[in-house]
Amino acid sequence: MLILECPYCGVTADETELAAGGEAHLKRFGPGSSDEEFEGYLFHRQNPKGVHFERWRHANGCGKWFHAARCTASLEVFATYTAQIAEPPAEVIAAIRAKRPDWSPE
Amino acid sequence: MRRYSAFAIAREAARYHQGWERAWAAPEPKKHYDVIIVGAGGHGLATAFYLGKNFGITNVAVIEKGWLGGGNTGRNTTIIRSNYLQDPSAAIYEKARSLYETMSQDLNYNVMFSPRGVIMLAQTHHEVRGYQRTAHANALQGVKTEFISPQRVKELVPIIHLDGPRFPVLGGLWQDRGGTARHDAVAWGYARACSDMGMDILQKTEVTGVTSEGGKVTGVETTRGFIGCTKLGMVVAGHCGVLAEKAGFRLPVESVALQALVSEPIKPCMDVVVMANTVHGYMSQSDKGEMVIGGGTDAYNNYTQRGSFHHIEETVRALIETFPMISRLKMLRQWGGIVDVTGDRSPILSKTPIEGIFVNCGWGTGGFKAIPGSGWGFAELVAKGQSPLTDAFGLNRFREGRFIDESVAAGVAH
Repeated sequence: MLILECPYCGVTADETELAAGGEAHLKRFGPGSSDEEFEGYLFHRQNPKGVHFERWRHANGCGKWFHAARCTASLEVFATYTAQIAEPPAEVIAAIRAKRPDWSPE
Repeated sequence: MRRYSAFAIAREAARYHQGWERAWAAPEPKKHYDVIIVGAGGHGLATAFYLGKNFGITNVAVIEKGWLGGGNTGRNTTIIRSNYLQDPSAAIYEKARSLYETMSQDLNYNVMFSPRGVIMLAQTHHEVRGYQRTAHANALQGVKTEFISPQRVKELVPIIHLDGPRFPVLGGLWQDRGGTARHDAVAWGYARACSDMGMDILQKTEVTGVTSEGGKVTGVETTRGFIGCTKLGMVVAGHCGVLAEKAGFRLPVESVALQALVSEPIKPCMDVVVMANTVHGYMSQSDKGEMVIGGGTDAYNNYTQRGSFHHIEETVRALIETFPMISRLKMLRQWGGIVDVTGDRSPILSKTPIEGIFVNCGWGTGGFKAIPGSGWGFAELVAKGQSPLTDAFGLNRFREGRFIDESVAAGVAH
C-alpha cells in the first residue's frame, strides 16, 4: 500500500486516505494558444516508467492538495511538497538525484 | 506446419509423443523487414497474422521484450463480449467476437472459446436505464443483446443473491454469445500461424530506440542490434508511452495497474460470466473450477504489475454480498497487469506524427475481447493506410473533440 506524508498537516497517510490527481506541473494553455498546445495540455501525458511528479489530495484528512515525486517502476516516494509551486523545488530534485543518479529533469 | 487433429494425437500416441514439432521457430533477426510489430501479445500477433492472411505481407517480425503472451494477454480474466454503446466500438468488438467463434478452426489451435453468455448486472436504477439504452443501441448495431429481469438473472445464475442490502439486482444486460476463451492459447495459436507463414517472432528482444530519418521511420535499435523496417506497429499496451517517448512523441494515455485473482477450484456452480460494474467486480468459473475474479484499477500511474490490497478487498467484499456462497473460498493467486487508459476509455488505432509508425494502444481494462478485431483492423491500417474498423479511433479524435465515450457505457471498474 502506498504511503505518503501530507506536507501540510504532517500526517503519514495510506493511499485509502488520499486521492490521486494525475501528472503535476502541467503548463496551462488557454485562449490564444495553438491547437497543438491546447491538445497537449488537455490530453498528452508523460506517463514515465520511473520518476513521476504528481498531484495528490489529502481527501480524507486535511483536504489540502499537494505534490509528490514518486517512482512508477518501484513505487518509491522521493518527496512530497507544497502545491503552491510551478515546478519541483531544488531539494526535491536533489533527493531524487541522490537515489537515481542517471535521472535528470526535462 | 503439421496440423493438429485427432489423427495426429493417435499417431503421436503410437510413438511416445516424440514427433510433435515446435509450435513456432526462434530465428535470428534479419537486417530488414517490411513491417515490424513491437509487442508479441494477442494484439501484436493478431496484427501480424492478418497482415499475412488478408494482405499477403509476410516479411514481418514481431519483437517482444519478454516472452510472447506474457503481458496482459496472460493476465486478463478472458471475458469476451461486444455490448458497447457507441457504433465504432460495437463494430470492432463485434468483429472480434465473431472472429472468436471460428478462431480454433482458423488457426488449427484450440482456443477453447466458450460462448457461455455474459450478464452485466444492473444494481442501481441509473444502471437499469443505462443498460436498457445499450440494449436498444445494440439492436440497431446488429449486436444481439437483451435486457433481462431479475428472475431471469436468477435462472441463469442460481448462486446469486438478488436482494442484497446494498446492491439489489434490478436486471441485467445479457449477451448470450459472449463468453470466455483460453487467453494463452490465443497468443500461442496466432504465433504458430505467423511462424508458419514465415514471420519471425523475436522473443527476449527489447526495443531500446526507434530511429527515423526526415520524419520517416527507418528501424528500431534492440538488445540484438539494429533492425530496419519500412513500417512499424507499436502494440505494447501499458508501455506504449515509454515506446512513444523513444520515438519522440506523446500519447494521451496513462498506465495504471489492474488486478485479478482466482480462488481454489470448486465444483461447477456458475456457467455464465457475471459482471457487476457498480461494485467493480466480475466473476466467472474456469474449466478447472477456479472462480476467476477481476477487480478495479488503481488511481495512480504504476508499472509494477501489482496493485493495491484495498482494491482486492473492495472487490471481494462486494462480490460476497452478491454471491454469499463464495465467502468461505480461499484465494489462490492474485496478480496485476499494466493497462493503458485513455480519456474516453476507447482504444487508439492510428497513424502517428512519424510516417510509417502506427500505434495500437489504449485498450485499457478490456483488450482481450478485442484481439482478433483489433488485429484485423490494425493490419488493414498498416497495409493500406486506413481501415473502416479503425478510422474513428485515430489520435486526431482528441484534438477534434470526437471522443468515443465508453467510460460510462462499457466501463468496468474505472
